[in-house]
Amino acid sequence: MDLSLTKEEQAFRDEVRAFFRDNVPPAIKKKLQENRHTTKQDMVDWTRILHKKGWAVAHWPKEWGGTGWTPVQQYIFNEELQATPAPAPLPFGVNMVGPVIYTFGSEAQKKHYLPRIADLTDWWCQGFSEPGSGSDLASLKTKAERKGDKYIVNGQKTWTTLAQHADWIFCLVRTDPAAKKQQGISFLLIDMKSKGITVRPIITIEGGHEVNEVFFDDVEVPVENLVGEENKGWDYAKFLLGNERTNIARVGASKERIRRIKELAASVQSGGKPVLEDQKFREKLAAVEIELKALELTQMRVVANEGKHGKGKPDPASSILKIKGSEIQQSTTELLMDVIGPFAAPYDVHGDDGSNETMDWTAQIAPTYFNYRKVSIYGGSNEIQRNIITKAVLGL
Amino acid sequence: MDFDLSEEQRLLKESIDGLLKASYDFDQRKKYGAEKGGWSKTVWGKLAEQGLLGLPFSEDDGGFGAGAVETMIVMEALGRALVLEPFLATVVLGGGFLRRGGSAAQKEAYIPGIIDGSKTLAFAQLEKNSRYDLGDVSTTAKKKGDGWVIDGEKYVVLNGETADTLIVTARTKGQQTDRNGIGVFLVPRDVKGVSVNGYPTQDGMHAADITFTGVEVGADAAIGDPDNGLPLIEQVVDDARIALCAEAVGAMEESLKITVEYLKTRKQFGVPIGSFQTLQHRAADMFVNLEQARSMAMLATMASDFDDAKERATSVAAAKVQIGKSLKFVGQQSIQLHGGIGMTMEASIGHYFKRLSIIESTFGDTDYHLSRVSAAGGLI
Repeated sequence: MDLSLTKEEQAFRDEVRAFFRDNVPPAIKKKLQENRHTTKQDMVDWTRILHKKGWAVAHWPKEWGGTGWTPVQQYIFNEELQATPAPAPLPFGVNMVGPVIYTFGSEAQKKHYLPRIADLTDWWCQGFSEPGSGSDLASLKTKAERKGDKYIVNGQKTWTTLAQHADWIFCLVRTDPAAKKQQGISFLLIDMKSKGITVRPIITIEGGHEVNEVFFDDVEVPVENLVGEENKGWDYAKFLLGNERTNIARVGASKERIRRIKELAASVQSGGKPVLEDQKFREKLAAVEIELKALELTQMRVVANEGKHGKGKPDPASSILKIKGSEIQQSTTELLMDVIGPFAAPYDVHGDDGSNETMDWTAQIAPTYFNYRKVSIYGGSNEIQRNIITKAVLGL
Repeated sequence: MDFDLSEEQRLLKESIDGLLKASYDFDQRKKYGAEKGGWSKTVWGKLAEQGLLGLPFSEDDGGFGAGAVETMIVMEALGRALVLEPFLATVVLGGGFLRRGGSAAQKEAYIPGIIDGSKTLAFAQLEKNSRYDLGDVSTTAKKKGDGWVIDGEKYVVLNGETADTLIVTARTKGQQTDRNGIGVFLVPRDVKGVSVNGYPTQDGMHAADITFTGVEVGADAAIGDPDNGLPLIEQVVDDARIALCAEAVGAMEESLKITVEYLKTRKQFGVPIGSFQTLQHRAADMFVNLEQARSMAMLATMASDFDDAKERATSVAAAKVQIGKSLKFVGQQSIQLHGGIGMTMEASIGHYFKRLSIIESTFGDTDYHLSRVSAAGGLI
């Protein structure tokens, strides 16, 4: 048993850290530190920098631009990226549809789509959830009827993150209404410029525009945009969701947040001394740091297990990463509320991109606290994660 | 980065699990607890036979030169079976003082007896007003000729009732809470002036309150520097905290297992109660708590070899915080999910809860260690 990184891994970490230090545009870094929205252009600029370095799709197979890194290296990369902080490559392309395409897609689909995902020529969004299908995803109703060499798609998707920027959407659609729930679902790639698609913003409680409703009204989709086999879409969706496990803990991001909390708490006065010197505050902070340390080690156990024994099935222990990771992220936003105290209130002024207009960092604290309630809801709510542990680990 | 056990460690785990499976079920435990001093000499002999009592001692001292991971493996197994025998008191604490601070002569005099199972030890540290502060010592050791005279009262000395030798912290100079002037002394239990009042503790173990009245020991009784023993005490008590973290992980693991089994078999409203989502999610949270605790117990185990004492202490304190929170949740919810049967003496689950609860307040509770981590500036 050895919980420390090997010399090679340490050298790799230093290399990654130095690259991020020297190459993340300072304006983007500052936005992330202050929890402001990055623009589409920010994401494109940063993805091009990563792509040039060969790290935009690090975990993909080498023939499609991957690095061949071990799971531990991949883990280090993600941690350093979050700790810098730097934007993560757009997950909808890089972590979601990309792996589905290179695993189940046709040669033509791989050749066309993968390079465009890697350099963010195409901005992808995810069409899974529907108004009536949240945690019970397989109850989805959006339907695709085959007519000649086209599918005709009708229905509605929701919670579609950053659809306002998207060129393409990957959708789960019902192709066989007679089949049982999980069967009869297919995985379709749809051009957002298609006639009949309407995107409507959903403004979340903090005032931001991250998510959208997407309406499909007799949208024509060429049959060659079907991934894999018709009615096998649920298998691909499960594969996609199972891939989403290395980033969900967001340990690096929470570490960065805690460093920032300490900085801010040292600069805000309470009772004639910095908040950071308040015993009660310090202990609340230390308690979160301890939980985070435990989570980091739990994550390392999952990663090391994957490195040693192969990827295989998703490790049900990764549900711990989602539950604790989201709880800790939320705790850090609460600690910032504690630090800022009465100055959490001003100002609620929003720009076009939904971010708070004022340049004062304090104005982002309450919106971030409000916004972060989402992290225990998305990606399989924490209650769904408990269902997974119940079934897959405890056998109840 | 590697969390797997080595081949030897895996064999060690199998060996102790096998031994406890054969000789330590819940009914057997009850019998052992009724023996003199609250533990079984037969079981102790078996632990010695398998070499488990010699694990952490160097090969020069007749041991196996095993590390903290091996102690973790043993303590987890002891936790799973709620073992009553004085491994913590004798091997981890007593043995810890000897191997880390003892002179060659002291090692030679005591370690072979620990390894072969013929002698047990106890650590007499807690005082009426010291609570968790290891540097708060009012028991005195005064120089007399070459030797020392010890006076004072010690409380809740684990295995104090049956130990052959007591390891006593006593002040050689300074005020009650000075960091300097604390010594560590080897005192035979049966020597004149030592008065032992033994009793069973809430978790089924046995401890003793011990009064030292003009107890005379020789110059060779002091372990290490009698005027500056606190760093050694802190290190050995950290060893004990690390061991307790592992014991708690074992006890939590077994508590969850027993509880899940109960959820599968207990029927109400015509169905197993484990089919109710409220109970399922509670059990899932117990699992999360257990695994977070396991991660921190591993960190603490690794920390035992840190060169930097401050870093070691902070890591161990952080682990004790996580273990304290986790054991409270797992312990309490184990009882809750069992319902009424969990309240009975005859069900094993309550005994796990009791042991876990006492672990929390041994060598610093959650609040105490949280304030230490906070005072050290946190972990990040």
